[in-house]
Amino acid sequence: MLPAMSYRFESVSTVRDGLRKVDYLADDGIAGVAFLADRLQKPVLVEGPAGTGKTQLAKSIAEVTGARLIRLQCYEGLDEAKALYEWNYKKQLLRIQAERMEGDSTDWAEITDDIFSDEFLLTRPLLEAIQADDPVVLLIDEVDRVEVETEALLLEILSDYQVSIPEFGTVKAKQIPLVFLTSNNTRELSEALKRRCLFLHIDYPDMEREREIVLTKVPDISESLADQVARIVRTIRQLELKKAPSVSETLDWARTLVLLGIEQITEAEATETLHILLKYQTDIAKATKELTAGQSQWQKS
Amino acid sequence: MTTAVEKPTPFLDLLGGFIQELRVAGLPVSLTENLDGMLAVQHIPLEDREAFKYALAATLVKNQSHWKAFETVFEIYFSMRGDEYEMNKDGDADDADADEDGNDDEGDGNDEGEGDGDGSGRGGSGGPPLSPEEIAAMLYQALLSGDRELMRMVARNSVKRYAGMEPGRPVGGTYYLYRTLRNLDLDGVLARLMQEARDQVGGQMTPLEERLANDEYENNAEKLRKEIEAEIRRRLVADRGAEAMAKTLRKPLPEDVDFMHASRDEMANLRKAIYPLTRKLAARLQRKRRHGRIGPLDFRRTIRHSLSYGGVPAELKFRNPRPNKPEIMVVADISGSVAAFARFTLHLVYAISNQFSKVRAFVFIDGLDEVTKYFENTEDILDAIHKVNTEADVVWVDGHSDYGHAFEVFWENFGKEIGPKTTVLILGDARNNYHASQAWIMKAIKAKARSVFWLNPEPRSYWDTGDSIVGEYGQHLDGTFECRNLRQLEAFVDNLV
Repeated sequence: MLPAMSYRFESVSTVRDGLRKVDYLADDGIAGVAFLADRLQKPVLVEGPAGTGKTQLAKSIAEVTGARLIRLQCYEGLDEAKALYEWNYKKQLLRIQAERMEGDSTDWAEITDDIFSDEFLLTRPLLEAIQADDPVVLLIDEVDRVEVETEALLLEILSDYQVSIPEFGTVKAKQIPLVFLTSNNTRELSEALKRRCLFLHIDYPDMEREREIVLTKVPDISESLADQVARIVRTIRQLELKKAPSVSETLDWARTLVLLGIEQITEAEATETLHILLKYQTDIAKATKELTAGQSQWQKS
Repeated sequence: MTTAVEKPTPFLDLLGGFIQELRVAGLPVSLTENLDGMLAVQHIPLEDREAFKYALAATLVKNQSHWKAFETVFEIYFSMRGDEYEMNKDGDADDADADEDGNDDEGDGNDEGEGDGDGSGRGGSGGPPLSPEEIAAMLYQALLSGDRELMRMVARNSVKRYAGMEPGRPVGGTYYLYRTLRNLDLDGVLARLMQEARDQVGGQMTPLEERLANDEYENNAEKLRKEIEAEIRRRLVADRGAEAMAKTLRKPLPEDVDFMHASRDEMANLRKAIYPLTRKLAARLQRKRRHGRIGPLDFRRTIRHSLSYGGVPAELKFRNPRPNKPEIMVVADISGSVAAFARFTLHLVYAISNQFSKVRAFVFIDGLDEVTKYFENTEDILDAIHKVNTEADVVWVDGHSDYGHAFEVFWENFGKEIGPKTTVLILGDARNNYHASQAWIMKAIKAKARSVFWLNPEPRSYWDTGDSIVGEYGQHLDGTFECRNLRQLEAFVDNLV
């Protein structure tokens, strides 16, 4: 641990208040883990269903701390050339060719020294985050999309904040960046990666928090409408669906309702706009049935 | 910032015991994670119970499906350490209650309703517990408002009054929970709440309103149930100590639940767990197939492209590897004894079906039928499985497993379709009711197929006992595997491709 490192956050509540100022409503878990990430200087692995604000968390933290956000979007087939660094092969070739044109005066060692220098190194997001002089937040998005083997690339940077380049030496971080990794949990991440990270699961918010989120994010929405939206979404999420509505879909729906000038959601309006919340035809049919055939178990008796 | 050494040792002991219990419960807590946990809690003010919990969770639990196990252990070990749960561990019950109720007075200040005021006053002075009517009034208020403090009050008082807990009695918490809930009559209160909600809007609610109100109250009732459970657990811990309680409440993690002996709740959990699992597996298989997508160097194309760089091979070209898609045939026993297992496996097979060029599914009891068509053109896997169970023609004589005859039918009708690219999966316990085994069919299938595997949901020690003849079939196969829980199933499918 670096001794003279000043912490970014005073306490858990500073994190929460800071995030609230940039319109991100954190619950206890989120704020607590973000706080610990700073204190323990450990990366955070954020997991949860799509559309619950995992990526947004990293962005908001960057905004709060006034840091630059460096983002590495993961995808299948991502390799170290795209994630860490790459030698500018074409430029190196040109250099050698140019050498040859001038005549055979330069010796071999000089050329190798020459072509494996800074000039021919292309930095990619991970190396860039390490080399940065200004404060940065590194976001490694959808880390579950890369192959298990590629994950190993991340280990050095996650535990020691350094990158080793065989021809060049080790590049150490000038300052410890805050690192967020997000995952949609499409596969089990390796133990080695998990061990190096703090783990944060962001689930769908409970009703009260969702109402708050709707109120903050949707301009001109009335309290009563936000409340109805949150309630209906809660009911829909309790159904067994292929894909439950995400927070972003809730927000879209709320915006639509505001645009349509609806103040009181009735069944007709709810079912007509359901396709904004739900993306599968079978889900929509199921939710429509549940919301309109509302004979409760007690009414029958 | 204080270091761990300066902390009073009881705390370290407690944390140590806590982590030990997590490991016993099956959570893979490594040494580094243990240290991280210890470091983390130093940064957190100990009074903040929620923050403390999340700090431990973030460092120790790295898998969402383990969260429930973690929470249970946490509640046991740190249940009485929070401010509002201050309780005298060794003292008698009344003493403890006086403490608790003292705290409640502040909370109740916000709620109106005479029942509460009375209750805390009397409880606080160590007087007689609340009367059933008072508890009922409080319960009504709690469910209507969803107020946390009020719920805690209800939980505390109703457990005290109805659960009839006796120190040292070796009963599980569920018994006390049942006794308490029976007396509270939640359904009755819910019905009353709904009726009143209806009256408020003048008799008739729209279905949507009805549904929303219903969910709201249900939700509150659920919260209350949790509070009562927590209250009972707290009292049990106070009575028996954390270690003993942890042992009683220990449950297998979702991936370790035995298919054959899962309770109804565990079944529901398994169903929920299998969906992400299948997706995970499908993704992994897909990746494996695509992995190494870059084949060996394609020399010809590289040289050809180098022409545009004046003969310098600036752009390297690689060959594409040839994809290899196997066919798979699943033959599953769906008789009563292994039905649950078969259902999960069919689920899994369906989910990974796009990884194979052809998937065909067969089910049998003593007859055999092909069910591939039920899985085609359907989005709803549950529906398909329901159809398999109701429509497939699998009974030949009496509806008791007859592996021998089922295999005969399979061999006669579909044997010719097995080719060198086919993998055959057989699922069942091989309990043949002493019918003829017809094991030669296995040998014949093995001779034609690429590989044949048998998955048995019974523990290995039961194999070949009684009417189980898995060994007789197994000698002809590429492998027989014990497959009792999700973990083993996952491991098998992972190795398959």
